[in-house]
Amino acid sequence: MKYTGRVWKFGDDIDTDLIIPARYLTTSDPNILDGHCMEDADPGFIGKIKKGDILVAGKNFGCGSSREHAPISIKAAGISCVIAKSFARIFYRNAFNMGLPIFESPVLWDRVSGGDLITVDSDQEWARKMDNGSETFPFKPIPPFMRELMNAGGLMSFLSRRQSGGMAK
Amino acid sequence: MGMTITEKILARHTDLVEVGPGMLINARVDIALGNDITAPIAIEAFRKAGGTKVFDREKVVLVPDHFAPNKDIASAEQCKVMRNFVREQDITHYYEVGEAGIEHALLPEKGVVLPGDLVIGADSHSCTYGALGAFGIGVGSTDLAAAFLTGEIWLIVPETMKFVLHGKLNKWVSGKDLILYIIGRIGVDGAIYRAMEFTGETVRNLGMADRFTMANMVIEAGAKNGIFIPDEITKSYVKDRAERDYTFYDSDSDAVYHSVIDIDVSSIEPQVAFPPLPSNTRDIGQVGHIRIDQSVIGSCTNGRIEDLRVAAGILKGRKVAPFVRLIVIPATPTIYKTAMQEGLLDIFLAANAVISPPTCGPCLGGYMGILADGEVTVSTTNRNFVGRMGHRNSEVYLSSPAIAAASAVLGRIGSPEEL
Repeated sequence: MKYTGRVWKFGDDIDTDLIIPARYLTTSDPNILDGHCMEDADPGFIGKIKKGDILVAGKNFGCGSSREHAPISIKAAGISCVIAKSFARIFYRNAFNMGLPIFESPVLWDRVSGGDLITVDSDQEWARKMDNGSETFPFKPIPPFMRELMNAGGLMSFLSRRQSGGMAK
Repeated sequence: MGMTITEKILARHTDLVEVGPGMLINARVDIALGNDITAPIAIEAFRKAGGTKVFDREKVVLVPDHFAPNKDIASAEQCKVMRNFVREQDITHYYEVGEAGIEHALLPEKGVVLPGDLVIGADSHSCTYGALGAFGIGVGSTDLAAAFLTGEIWLIVPETMKFVLHGKLNKWVSGKDLILYIIGRIGVDGAIYRAMEFTGETVRNLGMADRFTMANMVIEAGAKNGIFIPDEITKSYVKDRAERDYTFYDSDSDAVYHSVIDIDVSSIEPQVAFPPLPSNTRDIGQVGHIRIDQSVIGSCTNGRIEDLRVAAGILKGRKVAPFVRLIVIPATPTIYKTAMQEGLLDIFLAANAVISPPTCGPCLGGYMGILADGEVTVSTTNRNFVGRMGHRNSEVYLSSPAIAAASAVLGRIGSPEEL
């Protein structure tokens, strides 16, 4: 799968309150949550993005709460994928479990600017800037089990497809 | 090879004899916990996957605590979704408002979560249960839905960082100060994906309330779980509460650790975490003049009876400063009742504090003490992120109950020593 979109850059330690403030947790409706994605990090964000755009963040993206409203709001807002130096662990699980593509790259953040057009290849696991052709930025390899979750589109569809003996017991 | 307590609990919840860091396992859960914010998403996912009956109605625990008592129509609807599911599935461990409290204070108090358990909670502070010598982790609603269906969870066995605490605690230094100090030292991702095991002479003498506070905030260092080795103090806490059998685990002497961090607590002063991260800690003496509009004493971190006793001891015979709101939130109805019997509520009311029913409420910017543009609060809660307790231009400073109570009287962040 390939995603092409404009880059929106955020710094380190973007917490789940910045991604979706708790004042909106009175609902889990993606059609309401999408309008408040990243609201406290960048109040005008939702009015500026286009479908398919890509978030590029620093370390520890998604730290804080376990709220799945965070990846739901990112996905519902039309963001195609998130690339960060690292992810907080609950957010990391949640993204794979509910089918939001995320990738880790230690270098991409330093090599792209907001507004750059980039292409992401989720199978080959790299990103590339569209304006200077050939340089690719490889992602940290996705562990095999996480790849299975990603390919299944999330945990619930993975479970319904799972054959017996898939995991150590 | 030896195993840590975390590895032993995980191994015991699989059919494997031994597990080690990095292994992918499918583990059986003892408790699958959700609340009014996270359970509705899990219930919907459970139904969408064709779920009709939860794996074990005794092991699913549902608590309305975040926006309950219902703060508005939308949160009332979410509580209703959860309540209807409880009725339909005949869930044993459900606590209606009046009986409900903040989940991570309530479940240990009721003896529902016990030493040796594997607990998954769709709430990031489910790591609190590590204080009992249980493996508790926060997960998302989809993980909870999967556990509703299968009774299992996929996990990567974490490496463990061992924190050895020794020395005597200074006056006014509590479990909250210790964990804030540690987060300040290692950073908000200093323990990312790892277990944090607390041990040493200081820890062996810490009461359960301080242990709960410390385990509660390991997520603020990015950890998967925090854990204490259960001992006599644990035993005296659980023995009259436990509703079933439980197991004490200990780490082997040849267990392998990611790292061992030695901390002399005698050099630690009361800590205050400046916005916008729990790692921005300073000694109370280095805080400077920070005027406050509000002080909050409560939450899954610091809403226990021991916390209220410390606060009442400081507030007795004193008044909250003009134009400051002091909000006290006993974490459970039992704590509320005990505080009433001990006369603590009289002290709070006489000091002009307001007493809230048990709820997570203001901690996550829900209700019962939301901040306006530019307002500042000191709070015994666990997060001081941008906009956490209200307007994005408001500020949260994290502290112990002693500092929060003294600050309410002073009208600025300060120590009880200044009163």
